[in-house]
Amino acid sequence: MSSEERQQNTPPPNMRMGGAFGGGGPRGGGHMRAIGRPVEKAKNFKGTVKRLVSFLKPYSMPLAVTTVLIIISSVFSAASPKILGLAITSMFKSFTAGSRPDYVYVVKILGGLSILYILSALITFFTQRTLARTAQKTAYTMRRQLDEKLSKLPLKYFDTKTHGEIMSRVTNDVDNINNAMQQGMSQLISSLIGIIGAIVMMLIISPLLTLITIITLPLSFGVTMFIAKKSQKFFAAQQKSLGELNGHIEEMFSGHRIVKAFGYEKKSVERFGEINTRLFDSGWKSQFISGFIFPVMNFINNLGYVAVCVAGGIFVVKKTIEIGDVQAFIQYIRMFTQPVAQSASVINMLQSAVASAERIFEVLDEPEEKADGDGVEPNRENEGSVVFENVKFGYTPEKILFESLSLDVKPGHTIAIVGPTGAGKTTLVNLLMRFYEISGGKIIVDGVDTRMLKRGALRRMFGMVLQDTWLFSGTIRDNISYARPEATDGEIFRAARAARADHFINALPGGYSTVLNEDASNISQGEKQLITIARAVLADPSMLILDEATSSVDTRTEVQIQHAMKELMKDRTSFVIAHRLSTIKDAEMILVMNEGAIVEKGTHEGLIKAGGFYSQLYKAQFSAGETA
Amino acid sequence: MLKLIRLLKPYTGTIIFIAILFLTQAMVDLSLPTFMAEIVDNGIVKGNLPYIYKTGLIMISIAMLGVLCALTAGYFSSRTSLGFSKTLRAMIFTKAQDFSLNEYDTIGSASLITRATNDVAQVQQALIIMLSMMMRAPLMCIGGIIMAVSRDRHLSLVFTVAVPVLGLIIYLVQKNAIPLFISMQKKLDRLNLVIREKLTGVREVRAFDMIAHEEKKFDEANASLTETALSLANLMAFIMPAMMAAMNFTMLAIVWFGGLRLAAGKMHFGDIMAFIQYVNLILFSLMMVSMLFILIPRAEVSAGRINEVLDIQPSILDPKNPAKRRTGKGKLEFKNVSFTYKGAKQKAISGISFSAGPGEVTAIIGGTGSGKSTLVNLIPRFYDVEEGSIEVDSMDVRDYPQAELRPLIGYVAQKAMLFTGTVADNIRLGNESAGMEDIIKAAKTAQAHDFIQAMPAGYDSILAQAGRNLSGGQKQRLCIARALAVRPEIYIFDDSFSALDFKTDSMLRAELKKELKDSTVIIVAQRVTTVMDADRIIVLEDGRAAGMGTHKELFATCKVYREIVLSQVSPEEVS
Repeated sequence: MSSEERQQNTPPPNMRMGGAFGGGGPRGGGHMRAIGRPVEKAKNFKGTVKRLVSFLKPYSMPLAVTTVLIIISSVFSAASPKILGLAITSMFKSFTAGSRPDYVYVVKILGGLSILYILSALITFFTQRTLARTAQKTAYTMRRQLDEKLSKLPLKYFDTKTHGEIMSRVTNDVDNINNAMQQGMSQLISSLIGIIGAIVMMLIISPLLTLITIITLPLSFGVTMFIAKKSQKFFAAQQKSLGELNGHIEEMFSGHRIVKAFGYEKKSVERFGEINTRLFDSGWKSQFISGFIFPVMNFINNLGYVAVCVAGGIFVVKKTIEIGDVQAFIQYIRMFTQPVAQSASVINMLQSAVASAERIFEVLDEPEEKADGDGVEPNRENEGSVVFENVKFGYTPEKILFESLSLDVKPGHTIAIVGPTGAGKTTLVNLLMRFYEISGGKIIVDGVDTRMLKRGALRRMFGMVLQDTWLFSGTIRDNISYARPEATDGEIFRAARAARADHFINALPGGYSTVLNEDASNISQGEKQLITIARAVLADPSMLILDEATSSVDTRTEVQIQHAMKELMKDRTSFVIAHRLSTIKDAEMILVMNEGAIVEKGTHEGLIKAGGFYSQLYKAQFSAGETA
Repeated sequence: MLKLIRLLKPYTGTIIFIAILFLTQAMVDLSLPTFMAEIVDNGIVKGNLPYIYKTGLIMISIAMLGVLCALTAGYFSSRTSLGFSKTLRAMIFTKAQDFSLNEYDTIGSASLITRATNDVAQVQQALIIMLSMMMRAPLMCIGGIIMAVSRDRHLSLVFTVAVPVLGLIIYLVQKNAIPLFISMQKKLDRLNLVIREKLTGVREVRAFDMIAHEEKKFDEANASLTETALSLANLMAFIMPAMMAAMNFTMLAIVWFGGLRLAAGKMHFGDIMAFIQYVNLILFSLMMVSMLFILIPRAEVSAGRINEVLDIQPSILDPKNPAKRRTGKGKLEFKNVSFTYKGAKQKAISGISFSAGPGEVTAIIGGTGSGKSTLVNLIPRFYDVEEGSIEVDSMDVRDYPQAELRPLIGYVAQKAMLFTGTVADNIRLGNESAGMEDIIKAAKTAQAHDFIQAMPAGYDSILAQAGRNLSGGQKQRLCIARALAVRPEIYIFDDSFSALDFKTDSMLRAELKKELKDSTVIIVAQRVTTVMDADRIIVLEDGRAAGMGTHKELFATCKVYREIVLSQVSPEEVS
């Protein structure tokens, strides 16, 4: 998929509610974040949270300041309705008494409030900024750590995980945590303090009125939970139909020519329509039910509002409280119903963030490759001799593939590795390059035990061309000079010529500056292969590894590429993995592999004479034509 | 987005109804402060307790009306928005079924999938929000202003300052935020690309010892993303306190000016309290909208991508006046056929002519990219020829309705492609009327019967994930059986024996030879051994016929063919 297809489903950063709200009034609040959507939970919640917190250590000072500021601003927001209430009471008193309002008093209060509001705004701005900065920087650090970790993980890790899995940790999971930190934390802190502050103030004003209004609290909480639970069933159904629908779309679109060829269009549309209808049914229901929360909370809120108006009115008439306090109360009830309405989504957000963190830590805890020692310098007079001494290896300890493999490869020789698909031909490459570690014996390159060398130094001695050509989005020039970014144009052209790639590159509209797109679909498979060969030529290694380097091109092109290969292999020790046996007949040694182990070794003539597995393979490839 | 909104036309009535419901609900919310003002003015000031009780009851019933309205609106809006996305998805899907491979090449099937899934989801999400919060907000705003003006026109002047100020804040933030959002998405894509590349190239990166280089590349992408995210976060940190402050000061203004008017005896006391709450309702809903605006640019991008699909006209259509039914047994004729892929500079096929009749095997051989697959793709009209014509039984394929042409052709693709369902379902894909016997017969010919029998549920075994539990060779054999079950007159095997081992390959071909002795057979192949005994071999080179004839003739006269043969078989083996 190209980059445009991979839009991350990052929810837009909702901004924080709460803070220094001014007046009150009946209304619902909160987000539309659909509740009831199933949330993943962390296996080890406590431990993960602890570790997540350790990421915040560098920011402990600003975070501490932020926390204090949030507390202060919450106190402000708890106090301001009461203060505004004072002004209203004073105005009410003079109004009912028919006297002139106490302007000085009112101005004092309003002036004081102005300062409070400005301070509140500044604090909110500052805290939001700090939290966002902290979250972003933590996200940066996490991504960086993940990336560095990936560089240190053994190849085994990448061979057992899908790319999507790994990528989603670096992007989605980090994003998840980022969002939770930016919004979830501040929401959690401010709503907690908001609730406490509001309740304290309300109790100070009138315990009885508080009791009347606080009844709505468990009610809203219960309703939230109830709706969340109810909608879960529909969300699950929706998720299921959605998966089915997407699966159908994917299958029909990627198999379009089959659909056309077999006249399957009508049935495919029918089936689509059937799943689409099911999706609609569960979709609107889950939308509707989770959408309940907003109006229902609004209603409960309004009930509280009416209760305050009526009871408050009576209390004012009975002179137990002041009119301004009623106004303040109206503001307070919203200060605690709103956080409750949000609680479900905030909890979800935090929960899934912890689950994400756990997945990230899993990666960070993966065992790394053994660290490089100081590393001896590789033997400068590279000869290109490779010796395997009683090498023992198995991908898993239970299944040892080589019990004691010994090989002696002379400089400039060609070693071919052959065998049917799945015979484990790449194992040897994995060991040579130290992609995997051997569990016994020694591999000696140019007289030095490979474990004494730094991995980078060892690998630089080899040039590698693989069946799956790897090109990155960038120019052809960049791709050829990948291993030697400092190479001059002259050197690059020479390498391309040696790889017989020069001709087609010059025929491209942009020549060497042609930008390869993400899947490099603007050039053919064979051309890609030539570029990777040019890359190996330019790297000028003393040894070569060719892993099925020509198997994805047709035989005639292969013959042409063979010329380029021969050029490349001249005077270099080469390890060639081949599928087509015709290409490796001249090798000094042929290793025949089957089911992971080396079953035969020798020269072509010798092996044919021996009449073993190799001769069978060879016959199968070359005589099948006659029998048909 | 606007273009897609037109799809909502059938819902116009419903949407108006939703609007009315929302307006009612907004009025309910707004009327509560009004009633409270009444309580203050008539109940509290006058000490009239029964009045307070009575008003309280009215308020509760009104609040109930409000919640009813909101729930009904929710019902209709969720049905509308989900109904909309249902229609949209169906439109895209149906449209895509009419596309020829040309259109698939232009958009890319992966991209088409995303458009029918993710992009629709994005638009749906935006619509859900538009039909709920975004619609509510302006109604609340208008209702609030009406209520305020009807209470006290002069004090309402406060809004003439407050609303523009808030509008300005929203505008400024949006103006700066949207480009940042877009840039952030791009940088996120870049980061993804860098990771994906280093994951696919993990061996190369290590082999060339370029770990440090890759880490630097990642770090650059990471830092650049973080930088943009920070600017965005800073901007977002500004909006909330700014709006909050604007709101709070509006409230203070109302208390102050309200106080003055109160002292002047121009308004009631309860009005001030009602006003404070109007301010909150109005400004709060504006604030909500400002937050939802950021969803729009994303939905906009998605909508654009969906529109692209909907705007494409399928390039291959059925003839307006299909010619009458042909008579014949599957004679195939290419008459000077040329074809160029859309956007390509060179012809993929040029000047190909040949004729193949029932009982004949025509093989097509050539290097990768020589146009072999392209040539056979023209027969079932996956693409239409550019010049010349292809005739089946002396009638141009473009004169057939597609539904009549395709059953004449049994096509086996290069890449084995099966669908979710049972083995039998897959074999019977092109011929619904095929009975179990037909299916088994096709499977036997395709050398698939034995392994199907060995599967746990035989022919009723479910192919998980389109046959991921099968080997490549098994999948290919099922695909062949599928084509056989159609019982067509022309067979196309597009390099479809490549994953078979040599033994199965020869057994299958022997069986096919028997079964298809009356059919027109076209085989595309890489292996010389597969084509050697064909009645006619066409050697393709850069889209042209470099030679045509039997193996013997070609080996003697055609240089390209000889090269191909020699690249696979040693000289002594040729003779």
